[in-house]
Amino acid sequence: MSVESVFPRLEPLLPSVSKPIQYIGGELNSTVKDWDEAQVRWALMYPDAYEVGLPNQGVQILYEVLNEREGILAERTYAVLPDMEQVMREHGIPQFTVDAHRPVSAFDVLGVSFATELGYTNLLTALDLAGIPLHAVDRTDDHPIVLAGGHSAFNPEPIADFIDAAVLGDGEEVVLAISEVIREWKDEGRPGGRDEVLARLAASGGVYIPKFYDVTYLPDGRIEKVAPNRDGIPWTISKHTLMDLDDWPYPKKPLVPLAETVHERFSVEIFRGCTRGCRFCQAGMITRPVRERSIQTIGQMVDNGLKQSGFEEVGLLSLSSADHSEIGDVAQQLGDRYEGTNTSLSLPSTRVDAFNITLANEFSRNGRRSGLTFAPEGGSERLRKVINKMVSEEDLIRTVAAAYSHGWRQVKLYFMCGLPTETDEDVLQIGELAKRVIETGREVSGRKDIRCTVSIGGFVPKPHTPFQWASQLDHETTDERLRKLRESVQSDKRFGRAIGFRYHDGKPGIVEGLLSRGDRRVGSIIEAVWRDGGRFDGWSEHFSYERWAAKAAEVLEGTPVDLDWYTTRERDYDEVLPWDHLDSGLDREWLWEDWQDAVDPEGATEVEDCRWTPCFDCGVCPQMDLDIQIGPTGQKLLPLSVV
Amino acid sequence: MSNDGSRTLEGTPNPEAPNPQLPIVQKLRIRYAKRGRLRFTSHRDFGRAFERAVRRAALPIGYSSGFTPHPKISYAGASPTGAASEAEYLEIGLTQRLEPDTVRERLDEALPDGLDIMDVVVATPGALADRLEASHWRIRVPELPIENARQAVSAFEQQDEILVERMMKRGPKTFDIRAAVVSLRAESDPDEAACAILDLVVRHGTPSVRPDDVLVGLRSACGLATGQTPVATRLAQGPLDPETGTVGDPLAHDRDAS
Repeated sequence: MSVESVFPRLEPLLPSVSKPIQYIGGELNSTVKDWDEAQVRWALMYPDAYEVGLPNQGVQILYEVLNEREGILAERTYAVLPDMEQVMREHGIPQFTVDAHRPVSAFDVLGVSFATELGYTNLLTALDLAGIPLHAVDRTDDHPIVLAGGHSAFNPEPIADFIDAAVLGDGEEVVLAISEVIREWKDEGRPGGRDEVLARLAASGGVYIPKFYDVTYLPDGRIEKVAPNRDGIPWTISKHTLMDLDDWPYPKKPLVPLAETVHERFSVEIFRGCTRGCRFCQAGMITRPVRERSIQTIGQMVDNGLKQSGFEEVGLLSLSSADHSEIGDVAQQLGDRYEGTNTSLSLPSTRVDAFNITLANEFSRNGRRSGLTFAPEGGSERLRKVINKMVSEEDLIRTVAAAYSHGWRQVKLYFMCGLPTETDEDVLQIGELAKRVIETGREVSGRKDIRCTVSIGGFVPKPHTPFQWASQLDHETTDERLRKLRESVQSDKRFGRAIGFRYHDGKPGIVEGLLSRGDRRVGSIIEAVWRDGGRFDGWSEHFSYERWAAKAAEVLEGTPVDLDWYTTRERDYDEVLPWDHLDSGLDREWLWEDWQDAVDPEGATEVEDCRWTPCFDCGVCPQMDLDIQIGPTGQKLLPLSVV
Repeated sequence: MSNDGSRTLEGTPNPEAPNPQLPIVQKLRIRYAKRGRLRFTSHRDFGRAFERAVRRAALPIGYSSGFTPHPKISYAGASPTGAASEAEYLEIGLTQRLEPDTVRERLDEALPDGLDIMDVVVATPGALADRLEASHWRIRVPELPIENARQAVSAFEQQDEILVERMMKRGPKTFDIRAAVVSLRAESDPDEAACAILDLVVRHGTPSVRPDDVLVGLRSACGLATGQTPVATRLAQGPLDPETGTVGDPLAHDRDAS
């Protein structure tokens, strides 16, 4: 039975909502497949506004991988803005896909990619608008399987009540495997209904079905254990790792929207994984091992992506792009290829060394040398050792001197506030560092107009990192430290305007902390906040800390736990963490030792990068029977085909 | 080609500027349509989509010099977001001469369906914007009785001034719409009986009178019933024939010259 488009009902309402272009679809390279010819149908959601969600690489890749397969169909849906939500409720229009405007409830799977926990309330809006019961236990065979992926899915416990399933890690292969299981089950006439298909998915050990696990608690509120509650369900669930990125050169057909979005460029992932070992960085920990794309595949993807999209900028993405074993050749050869073409290249530049300046120079042959970004993360040398960000002050000064002497006028520095063992003094060092940067810049360039922008984010401890046991700094102290820092910089008239500050107050970080390290009891808080109107928590104009704090207090009243318990409390070695049954490949013992090395009162011990030094036993490779995949290949970019 | 328009081009490359660019040797005028759901494309959205289409079509587009080179594309008289159009116009500057038909095919292929290239001609001297004197609109209003539409139109014709208010960038502004309206007729929709069609020719000016403004005026001053959300389509844009009150083809002059 075909499913009707809601567009005829939607169209007359579009003139009354803001930016209607975000709801019409029709992007270049988007696909609408025949509904009846597909046996397995996916609605892929990025739970934020279209302008944020459309450029998301994960969704674009899975959309293409799924649609390439015969018998599988994938469409996209995004969080609708509050004005649209209201219009849809008034007119009874369900959550729809932007491709063919089909109701999300008609699909077999609603796959939601969570890059951040702050999209959880938007999931509830989408489910509710779609007419899908919020709680997994209330769903019937007619409802889609609600599947969570993305980095936040490494601890999906706070949304365990609302999702049917979660997958950890790279999605390319597992979405196809899931499709096969669903296809088979449908072919057989859906034996055993919803629970049977979920059980088949769970049996593989690669799909987490929360409702097949019971969580019990100790009298003090800590978790006693997490155990399967039926036969054939594995005790732990493993993450998925795509090997050989050259075999998966997606996106091949990048989506090009009509609407303006947050990233107006074509992005090529030049590697996955990171072994720098920054202890705060969840992305670096959960995406191991390092897997590089070869220089030739990168060159082909850049060429193809530009031709397919018409974008004029290419971003070379990864967690630390300057670490690619052949980045120098990539930069120089791409620089040669696009010299004089009005095509620009960009590299998220965060590595602090002079080599990065060489790269940046290659990438700015055509354009202006406006700003460079570095991420020392910690203000003092001592703190940088604690977080294993091995950058000395001299490295940083040498690097910025090189930047300013090559004509760059502005340097942006990223830091965090609230790191383990941090004191006021560590944070005040950020200001001293910024002053030295300006002094150095003035000296080497002989100019007065150079600037340094300091961006500070609040540190939020994340699951599957050595800091997963850490106490999060309360928001009052965070704000107080940042106030002192600001005062100390502004009181020095020599630098007043040359140093800019960007930071947020500490409150959103506390809610992110609650959602990051929360357990299943946090689900009721999310629901209460959503019922009270909570939406778009990643947007400062919509976010309300007071609402979250009030609902947390309300929901947790009479229990041994509260908001502080989830956030500012340090955990012990033997506490069962909510995500301990979800296996990121990292060895828990190694994580604990690394945590202890970080906070050693004698001073932190640093860990090298296994790209260049021997293995330091984080556990991922042996656990998953993998190895790092790096070059150099010694190859060159292939010449471009003539148009 | 007798006239490539290169004499009228601004932007002689400055060898001192960063990123010196190739000179423009051909200027083309393009008519395009905004159809179906892509009528919700705003002017800015269209600009981005068109620049990308130019690059996908690998046209030898000219760029301005300087730190942030911009492609040589200029737009004339864009329709409001939400209005469909069969007659939007822009000009591009190329660094190599191409057959206009080749450009039309390549651009149309590179644009999403619904943003369609209708016509490409080599520009002759004189500003295109000066030739866009008036617009011919067709406004379809579902669930509006035709009798009511006819009465409202005749009430409209009997007035010398009809003031409407519109939100501008600097706040609400009240202006007359009556003087700019050259003709206004109500017709029934041959396809759907319950639907009225308003045929409107309006002279361009400042502020420009849009179909929405006319509907607002018809409702507030002429007793037009509300009906469902109307859809306006610009059928033509060009020189206004003072005798007949019809809108001509702004590219006729360029086409005749080639």
